[in-house]
Amino acid sequence: MREWADFTVEERGGRVTVAITGPLTVSGIGRLDPALRDFADSVQTIDISAVERIDTVGAWIVHRFAEEKSAEINGASEAALVLIDAVEECAHDADIAPERDRSLKNFTADVGEKVVDFGKGVTHNIGFLGSIIAAIGGTIAHPRRLRVRALVRQMELVGVTALPIVGLMSFLIGIVIAQQGAVQLQQFGAEAFTVNLVGRITLRELGVLMTAIMVAGRSGSAFAAQIGTMQLTEEVDAMRTIGVSPIEALVLPRVLAAVLMMPLLGFYASVVAIIGGAVIADMMLGIPFWTFLARVQEVVPTYDFWIGMIKAPVFGLIIALAGCYQGMQVKGNAEEVGLRTTMAVVQAIFMVIVLDAFFAVFFTEIGFG
Amino acid sequence: MSAQDQSDHIAEAAENIPDVEDTDYPIRIRGLTNAFGNFVVHEHLDLDVRKGEILGIVGGSGTGKSVLMRSIIGLQRPSEGAIDVFGRDIVEAEPDEEIGVRSRWGVLFQGGALFSTLTVAENVQVPLKQFYPELDQELLDEIARYKVVLTGLPENAAAKFPSELSGGMKKRAGLARALALDPELLFLDEPTAGLDPVGAAKFDELLRELTDTLGLTVFLITHDLDTLYAICDRVAVLADKKVIAIGTIPELLQTDHPWIQEYFNGPRSRAAAESHDRGKALDKTAGEGS
Repeated sequence: MREWADFTVEERGGRVTVAITGPLTVSGIGRLDPALRDFADSVQTIDISAVERIDTVGAWIVHRFAEEKSAEINGASEAALVLIDAVEECAHDADIAPERDRSLKNFTADVGEKVVDFGKGVTHNIGFLGSIIAAIGGTIAHPRRLRVRALVRQMELVGVTALPIVGLMSFLIGIVIAQQGAVQLQQFGAEAFTVNLVGRITLRELGVLMTAIMVAGRSGSAFAAQIGTMQLTEEVDAMRTIGVSPIEALVLPRVLAAVLMMPLLGFYASVVAIIGGAVIADMMLGIPFWTFLARVQEVVPTYDFWIGMIKAPVFGLIIALAGCYQGMQVKGNAEEVGLRTTMAVVQAIFMVIVLDAFFAVFFTEIGFG
Repeated sequence: MSAQDQSDHIAEAAENIPDVEDTDYPIRIRGLTNAFGNFVVHEHLDLDVRKGEILGIVGGSGTGKSVLMRSIIGLQRPSEGAIDVFGRDIVEAEPDEEIGVRSRWGVLFQGGALFSTLTVAENVQVPLKQFYPELDQELLDEIARYKVVLTGLPENAAAKFPSELSGGMKKRAGLARALALDPELLFLDEPTAGLDPVGAAKFDELLRELTDTLGLTVFLITHDLDTLYAICDRVAVLADKKVIAIGTIPELLQTDHPWIQEYFNGPRSRAAAESHDRGKALDKTAGEGS
């Protein structure tokens, strides 16, 4: 069991002596410290001759108590004297709390700061897009500057390794749409239209949208975290000093990979979702699997496919932009990496959904109903 | 187990920190083998660290100095061998025992490894709060205040975040955190690397002073020859997957291992030795003069 330091008070001829006993170490002073703090009477002498062990924390407490009561210290061992001297030299009362607390008074200032930051963020984002376009232009002018190896690696990470999870997700979504749609359509005796429902909604909307959300979660976050960590370890600065543009080396391969892989993944997702729908239609509605697939070709207009394929690279661009931009903004500490990664994913998914709504209205209005 | 549970568990265990018997050898290593896949770093390595000494660990790059330290502090599970710290086998220790040992050592990592979201003062308080939850915040603040200055940082550094500190200040802040619990055993991984010569000399001096006053045992990995000459009681040389020699520098110079000869007879080493001797001579004349 732990031992605790304690003290006794003795009065002799008007002189009060506080005698401390037990171990004056960090593990033993938990009870002594508050007791000495609450000790209100005046003290002339502090006797520490009965102290078994002493460390700097114990020395500090003795020193503080002696200072507070203007008392003298008696019976200190050689080691104790050295320690008390050492902590005495180090005593100071500088503020150790950082300036981080914000009062209500600063509320308006905070709001103003947020608005200004938002404005700056928008300009920076546009500037970032501009520097990427400039980098693309530079790469077209000098195709050798394209980092093929990095691009292929990123395409693998964004596209190929996402195949299993995107496939599983799409298959399940296809099943859910077909099954739930069939339940509703059966009320009108129109369960044959399940084919139209699954075929059109996956190719036109859900295939690409769900893939975009998955890619934002998988790759957008990875972009932000990777580039953010490289910022912290000064790798990005090192690149700049060597004359390598971080935009060309880090951002461009990721952006291109996302733009190239999103249509492929989106189409793959749609196909798998249709297969999922066909499986459930075969089991529940008695529509044979191959008949379902043949019907899809008849009822889904080609423009549904093209609408999906037009949206996919745009979504890819948005996801990669948000991820890389937030990653490049990291400075300071590890917490910032997490914060920026979260922001990258939230921003990407939000922007994707806003744009999807815009596309939906747009394509319907121009006659691709 | 949630984080809360875990910290409760640790706090509870801290209540009953078992008394680990004192031994003359805070660290005893027998037959340590460390391997990463096929790459063997240590093979049947033996090492004893004596109580109260500063033991310098030297060796070429990649001889496993940091791996050795990580094995002792339980971050790297060895493939074979026994490591006794304060008489407890750290490899097979029960969690409670391990906590008892952990409260008696402090570690300074190469880069400082300060928690980047906490101020220097809060960094120093982390181990205190973890092991001694009964301490008042007021006392914790006082402790952080003096520890920061004790390790040679300016007073206002306590309120700063690690990202606002220079490399040398980070090292000192890391040392302040390593010393937070007033440990008996201190592990330092290249403490003077990256410091300016004046700062490094001061760091050495501080370390010697702290070791003498607090009775510390120090396990010191270093490439700094000045540090070796100035403060190390003994030096252990790592090579060929083993500790090939251990002793004072004059003792090491007696051995004829080529790496040791090269290391201690190189131009930089001789310069360090000379400046060390000159410093001693000056001290002597100053002592006679007064």
